Amino acid sequence: MINNPPLKIGIASGKGGTGKTLLSTNLAAYLSLTQPTLLVDLDVEEPDDFLFVRGTTQSITDQYKMIPVWDEKACTLCGICSKTCKYHAVIQLGSIILVFKELCHSCYACSELCPAGALPMQKHKMGEIKTITSGNLTFIESRLNIGEEQAVPLIHQTHERVEKTHGDIPLQIFDCPPGTSCPVVASTRNVDFVVLVTEPTPFGLNDLRLAVETMKEIHKPVGVVINRYGIGNSDVEMYCREAGIPVLAKIRYDRRIAELYSNGQLVYDKIEDMQTSLDNIIKAIQNVVRKN
Amino acid sequence: MSSERINEIVILSGKGGTGKTSIAAAFSVLAGEEAVIADCDVDAANMHLLLKPDFAGSLDFFSGELAVLNQDVCIRCGKCADVCRFNAIPFIENQYTISPLDCEGCGYCEKVCPSFAIVMKERKSGKVYTSTIKTGGIMVHARLDIAAENSGKLVAKVKKDAKDLAKAGNKEYIIVDGSPGIGCPVVSSLSGANYVVLVTEPTMSGLHDLIRVYEVIKRFRIKAGCIINKSDVNEAQSREIKEFLLAEQIDHLADIPYDSAFSSAMIEGKTVVEIQSPRKAQVEEIWKQIKIITNKNNTI
Repeated sequence: MINNPPLKIGIASGKGGTGKTLLSTNLAAYLSLTQPTLLVDLDVEEPDDFLFVRGTTQSITDQYKMIPVWDEKACTLCGICSKTCKYHAVIQLGSIILVFKELCHSCYACSELCPAGALPMQKHKMGEIKTITSGNLTFIESRLNIGEEQAVPLIHQTHERVEKTHGDIPLQIFDCPPGTSCPVVASTRNVDFVVLVTEPTPFGLNDLRLAVETMKEIHKPVGVVINRYGIGNSDVEMYCREAGIPVLAKIRYDRRIAELYSNGQLVYDKIEDMQTSLDNIIKAIQNVVRKN
Repeated sequence: MSSERINEIVILSGKGGTGKTSIAAAFSVLAGEEAVIADCDVDAANMHLLLKPDFAGSLDFFSGELAVLNQDVCIRCGKCADVCRFNAIPFIENQYTISPLDCEGCGYCEKVCPSFAIVMKERKSGKVYTSTIKTGGIMVHARLDIAAENSGKLVAKVKKDAKDLAKAGNKEYIIVDGSPGIGCPVVSSLSGANYVVLVTEPTMSGLHDLIRVYEVIKRFRIKAGCIINKSDVNEAQSREIKEFLLAEQIDHLADIPYDSAFSSAMIEGKTVVEIQSPRKAQVEEIWKQIKIITNKNNTI
């Protein structure tokens, strides 16, 4: 048997609320009808895929980041730690060392450069990774604890976990956070192809442009899915044509989709045309990735 | 009166795409010269599309640092790569190279390098603009460089500039458009706020994300109100949101039914209060209500 590497698809968008979750969950559920499929929710700040995927929970694991903890007895108050920390997460106030754990990037510099060993690193829980299975579908949800400010370390850990325990699943779909900055880059770094979901409005276009530039920066092939097709104007299509970006599918605005989505229901088995759209999307991606 | 506090109103949603920016921009037009506008959704800023700022003032924004390695001095000992927790110093073609996308600027490598081959340099991460918008009001906005980090710090900078301008100009309000999520940009946009307007939609994800972002708001002890946008898409979900608002004592500001007027206005580069539709009077009414609530809170 030839062991092909898995196909990893990132579903992203600049603007929020364009339909990333709709596309990710429906694509994953539809593809899993015929082959083992993995869906990973990397929108760790607001993970919503679980509302659409019902299955059996296999495991829930706590995820930690490492933070320094002050050992008052060992400390000589030399001040090296607070001078070292670029994030102002370790601060010396008189004879007290304060650690602001939400600012800490876990670089270990303060801990390992402390001559007295007074800042040992300790585990701090930042979130959870949950594994759920439903038939051929394996679903992984990564969820950041409220109050934690940094999504990136948890996203990295989720990727590592997927590679270690589910690396053999041939089709992998990653639902990414909105925006264009660090969490999106961390989410899409190791995928083969990025689908940018947008809507045909000025906001949709503006944020699509930014997302395209970000993906160019990290050398990812992209395709666009226009959701709520028909609500706005044709500027997004024109932009894609001029920029040479393939439009993989246009999902027509349909109040029934909005209603099904609002109730946490999948739409691919209820809305005609949806399966054709999903087929077109996956075929187009396979073609591009094969060529590369 | 100069001793009066400025009302800082932050518009948030948790979930993206609920209509947060469309509504914040409409408030901005209604507030006119009474307010300074701060677009703190620096990741995917959109307010400028409706408010037409003139980009008159612009300033580079630096945040964080980046390790820069001088190959002429490097002795290839690999100590830097050993201590880097971000795998940002791969060994490629016989030399250690800094990957700017992975470097988080902690400076540990600089500290351990025996040949002083690494220096930390300031990192430009975007631009901050001060503009006059079409109403004659002032707006502070920003553009994060592509794939840049630290949008939390840029948010803090936009807010600080907006506050300074509001004080200098004796403005009554600062209207802040926040970003989706619950992470550092959202936390940054909340500091110093007097009132949060939550814009949500009656979907299971809308409510789930609303609950999470409200947990963050509660930690700041800031009063909040909520607008249920596209409220008629799912009446049952709308009711569930209202129950949550009641339980948490969040002001229920309005139900706005799904209306294509928002996208029609957007395509014309306008906010919903600048075209004729039933939404115009409704959004005007909501803004009036928010002014009453925040002024009352402020005098208590």
